[in-house]
Amino acid sequence: MNGMPSSTTPSALISRRTMLRQLGAAGLLLALCPADPWATPEAVQQAIRQRIGEREPQPGGMTLTLPKIAETGNSVPLTVAVDSPMTPGDHVLRIHVFVPGNPEPVASTYHLGVRAGKAQISTQVRLARTQTVLALAEMSDGSVRSDAASIVVTLGACVDELWND
Amino acid sequence: MTQPRIRVPSQARQGEVIEIKTLISHPMETGHRRDTQGQLIPRHIIHTFTCTYNGEEVFRADWHPAVAANPYLAFYTVATESGRLHFEWLDDDGTVFTAEAELTVM
Repeated sequence: MNGMPSSTTPSALISRRTMLRQLGAAGLLLALCPADPWATPEAVQQAIRQRIGEREPQPGGMTLTLPKIAETGNSVPLTVAVDSPMTPGDHVLRIHVFVPGNPEPVASTYHLGVRAGKAQISTQVRLARTQTVLALAEMSDGSVRSDAASIVVTLGACVDELWND
Repeated sequence: MTQPRIRVPSQARQGEVIEIKTLISHPMETGHRRDTQGQLIPRHIIHTFTCTYNGEEVFRADWHPAVAANPYLAFYTVATESGRLHFEWLDDDGTVFTAEAELTVM
């Protein structure tokens, strides 16, 4: 403890450390991803409406699975499964995955149909930051289902990729 | 040249739902990153994946930059008849990567 200013209490040290860490993280994000603001809520809504029109998604009848936390957003496993018999009269037409916390709000669209047999897809996505991912399923009867899952991303995809260069 | 990897069962019963796994090496460059000089690195991704079964499309995916590098995809199809499954990945630069698998339906 020699040389340490005696007036600094442990709690002050912790809060200063925390604050510096948060400032550092925010600064890094701003420095490395300056040109690409995250998608605005309006852009997210527009991306959704372009794909399902004015139909209102009903939660349930499907499951979006992804980890609760990811150390990096570079490659995050994601599975969407829709409860459907996949018969000619009752099947899934399309599955959409939205990433509202990325610069571009839509990640992918999957076109299924009766011949898919099972309405489930697995893939890996890039996530720029902590966010709530949204999946929509367009059903053959015209209805739209939804499910959402939140994930904490410790290091966003853009930051990590630049560090790898 | 990128050689895609696919996993398809070689045999299935008629009507059986089979799982198909695919993987292709590709940077999936988002178009949002900058190089060390601060210049935007142009977007370069695979934007479409299709699977046809004896010539008929049974599954298709539209991809955007949020799909991770080296895109992995697992999906399903019904084994209807013996034949050929054909896979295509369409690149922004016009390249078409393909793979094929034979399936025997009993």
